[in-house]
Amino acid sequence: MKPPPFEYLRAGSVEEALEALDGETKVLAGGQSLLPLLNYRLARPARLVDVDRLEELAGIDVEDGVRVGALTRHAAVERDEQLAGPWQALRVAAAHVGHYPIRTRGTFGGSIAHADPAAELCLAALTFDADVVVRSRTGTRRIAAADFFAGPFATALADDELVTEIVFPAGATASVFEELAPRTGDFALASVCVVQTARGVAIGLGSVGPTPLRARSAEEARASGEPVSSVARAAAQDCDPTSDSHATAEYRRALVATLVERALLRLEATA
Amino acid sequence: MSEPHRRIDLVLNGERRECDVPVRASLADLVRSLGATGTRVGCEHGVCGTCTVLLDGEPVRGCLVLAVQAEGRAVTTIEGLAEGDDLHPVQRAFVEHRALQCGFCTPGFVLLAASLLDREPAASEERIVEVMSSNLCRCTGYAPILAAVRAAQAERA
Repeated sequence: MKPPPFEYLRAGSVEEALEALDGETKVLAGGQSLLPLLNYRLARPARLVDVDRLEELAGIDVEDGVRVGALTRHAAVERDEQLAGPWQALRVAAAHVGHYPIRTRGTFGGSIAHADPAAELCLAALTFDADVVVRSRTGTRRIAAADFFAGPFATALADDELVTEIVFPAGATASVFEELAPRTGDFALASVCVVQTARGVAIGLGSVGPTPLRARSAEEARASGEPVSSVARAAAQDCDPTSDSHATAEYRRALVATLVERALLRLEATA
Repeated sequence: MSEPHRRIDLVLNGERRECDVPVRASLADLVRSLGATGTRVGCEHGVCGTCTVLLDGEPVRGCLVLAVQAEGRAVTTIEGLAEGDDLHPVQRAFVEHRALQCGFCTPGFVLLAASLLDREPAASEERIVEVMSSNLCRCTGYAPILAAVRAAQAERA
């Protein structure tokens, strides 16, 4: 359980990190997902470029929307009082990531780039219609979360690109995050994020597909004024979960309905 | 491939240390090699919390931080808590409440509790339970551990 050998470069600036990025290099930030992969030897990069000290990439800026620097630790999101109210689901999502000592190190951008299908922050980004801002030596692009997550642990990120920021657009008036995990700190069997805006309610589902997904027919049912229980049933049909050693597909589907119903009732109570 | 190394310095339990480490070495392995063998290495993939150390006062999994990432920073291990023969209040509470049996997980639990009470002296019961659930104990069980943390919290108040 020791990592394979690699070369190590500590980036002194974003530019230096970008200069180093190529197909043989992995970005190391908090290391809470990458180091287990290395220890299991599921990843064998020739080189790590360590961005852990690039404080310019850390921080939370709340104005109309919210900008979260890629290097912002989960614990900082969890603690940030500015995120009470409309952005509450972000704090709750961050608080669900692993255990507290994981959250003091793990980073927002790292979680987004890792793209675990069960990752709370990926689900939140998708449901809030966030953009992922990425930089390379040649420029910057903004990728909608809906286009960013390509599959389990797969994203639209190119080998020479670094996630620098996640931008949550203005417009959320309330939000709720719910999940169920067998034990605190475990990956969720299913997770749900709901976000109220003037346009309606966005309903996102996590851990029940290859990427987080939006429950479109449930969103439409909600928009047409259907009761919470039928919106919840629609959400359960919007996903196609698989069975594994933790839970059956049927159980996960039923859990989605329960969590969506719970989340919508709480959203109504807060909005 | 030859083993890449890097020279780093860090402050271990208040003492500045300089060392030459393989870049792939974990912080847990580094502190053990520097004599802080109270740090136990368990699962080595971030699940058990046994290797918990404090990095600039914050609890981290020692197996999920590279030693080179601790360069220039302050690391506290179980050896750094007591002042001479005076045990840290959390250590004393663990003894008084018999919050250990085999003792393998104890350093991690004590550091986790000490950092929690430092940072959040008024932590709620729910918060204490949540944070202490970060680490695995497989013999004493959690009831005496939680009793010890509550007692240490009450003593500080």
